[in-house]
Amino acid sequence: MSETVVTDTVTTSAIKGRDAAMSMAVAEAKERQKIKQKHRKIKNMSLRILANTLMALIVLCPLLYAISVAFMPSGELFTMDMNILPKHPTLVNFAQALVKIPLAKFVINSFLVAGLITIGQIVSCSLAAFSFSFLEYKGKDLLFMLVMATMMVPGEAVIISNYLTVSGLGWLDTYKGLIIPYLTSAMGIFLFRQFYLSFPISLYESAKIDGCSNLRFVLKILIPLTKSAIGAMAVYTFINAWNMYMWPLLVTGSDQMRTVQIGIGMLNSVDAQSISLMIAGVVMIILPSISIFIVGQKQLIRGMFSGAVKG
Amino acid sequence: MNGKKIKVEPYFYLIPSFLVFGAFLFYPFFKTIYLSLYKTNKMGQAKLFVGVENYTSLLTSKSFYNSLIVTLVFVAIVVAGSMLLGLVTAVLCNKAFPGIRFFSTAFALPMAIASSSAAMIFKIMLHPSIGIINKIFHLDINWISDPRYALICVAILTAWLNSGINFLYFSAGLSNIDDTIYERASVDGASHIQQFFRLTLPGIAPIMFYTLVVDIIQAFQSFGQVKILTQGGPGESTNLIVYSIYRDAFFNYRFGSAAAQSVILFLIIMALTLIMFRVEKKGVKY
Repeated sequence: MSETVVTDTVTTSAIKGRDAAMSMAVAEAKERQKIKQKHRKIKNMSLRILANTLMALIVLCPLLYAISVAFMPSGELFTMDMNILPKHPTLVNFAQALVKIPLAKFVINSFLVAGLITIGQIVSCSLAAFSFSFLEYKGKDLLFMLVMATMMVPGEAVIISNYLTVSGLGWLDTYKGLIIPYLTSAMGIFLFRQFYLSFPISLYESAKIDGCSNLRFVLKILIPLTKSAIGAMAVYTFINAWNMYMWPLLVTGSDQMRTVQIGIGMLNSVDAQSISLMIAGVVMIILPSISIFIVGQKQLIRGMFSGAVKG
Repeated sequence: MNGKKIKVEPYFYLIPSFLVFGAFLFYPFFKTIYLSLYKTNKMGQAKLFVGVENYTSLLTSKSFYNSLIVTLVFVAIVVAGSMLLGLVTAVLCNKAFPGIRFFSTAFALPMAIASSSAAMIFKIMLHPSIGIINKIFHLDINWISDPRYALICVAILTAWLNSGINFLYFSAGLSNIDDTIYERASVDGASHIQQFFRLTLPGIAPIMFYTLVVDIIQAFQSFGQVKILTQGGPGESTNLIVYSIYRDAFFNYRFGSAAAQSVILFLIIMALTLIMFRVEKKGVKY
């Protein structure tokens, strides 16, 4: 009896041993495969990072080079030798750019113009979008179509008539002339409307029943609820207004009114000596728009794609 | 609701926007058409009704044809270049990996840069004697003063500027594609290249189409880079239509002719938009 028990245990242990060996082998094979997969993953990942780095270098190359030139003494720039990085980095170009042209004034002008355009567009567009999405009235669809149709008219096609209008009003070389023509945008109205349409109409109706006036509804309920759309719109509008070129070129005539793009652009025609100075200026005026873009990028993408494109 | 009483309040909210649209879009739109039928004085006042003469003299002028052809070539290069760059960068940032935040910011960054600033940077890079491009590639090309290269330079600069927003569009398009279809395709043994052409491209076709329309319209309106880099020259090799409008109005004081060109620009853009939306309805499937 006991022998059989022994043999039994022997056989079971043998079986167990074989099983263990087998499962170990399986585990090992699995492990190897895992490692292989991991290796492949790491290889893919590093390839991806490498490709991205190369591409980023190409895309950022003009900016990186501009920063490098801005720090380069002009003597180093004007050689036939290779000069990708400054050998003796200097801040002279920045200081010169601030002294030789009224850059500070240009920057203030641009902040003022871009800031007011941004605020104005947010106000006018959210009001119009509110009307288009929550209220019912005669001619609503037609008016909305009219707004959408303006997207087909390129700004450059009406710029001559606008110049004549603004000059007829005596607004040349004033902030009014720079700002007022840009105080609304079809895209903004469209973007806000897309957002508002995602709210249930009962939100509006219950607010009405509680005795909330329309204007109060916009200010207290709609605007706080659409912060992400407003953020996206603000980033987009500010950057575009900061970067405006053709309109300020036409309507500004004095240093007092010039925006950064025009002010720096004027350096373009001056003697070759001022090239490094001009690039230092360019780097300085790119900084605000890039900073706002980096800070607001997430906001911008969320706003752009939750509303405009999906719809 | 009492339907007979006409409510005024809803219209109040439209007033700010419609005042601006009215004064600086609708009114100038019709005024441009009106001006295009007149000869004007130096102040831009319509003086003599000439009917379609401004148009006929444009359509028989070599300079205008040149400007149209230059613009079309320019738009083609810009759109192809910026879409390719946007697509490649979006595909590179398609899957999560360490550093993706940095790279996606880098690829979108050109959209934050002004055309005029970019043009000044390119001017230094393309300088015949001190420019880094000639130095790196051991070339001796006068990029901007050579009619063979000037247009391509301006176009590449513009493609670079427009690639940032295309990256965002394509990234959004790619993130909408369901990952499981790739897994199934991998199991079926489809190669990466097959997957790209059979799954990825059709998957982002709708957004590609939208991007194409936006890109074409935007490229037609390029101005700052031409003004700073080439002033329409050498010869008239970079005299894009918007630059030509600017030059006719503000250097030659021919506002009538400039207005006629503006109308033609508007017609081209409107036609393109309408044609494309028709094509979209028929061809692109969602």
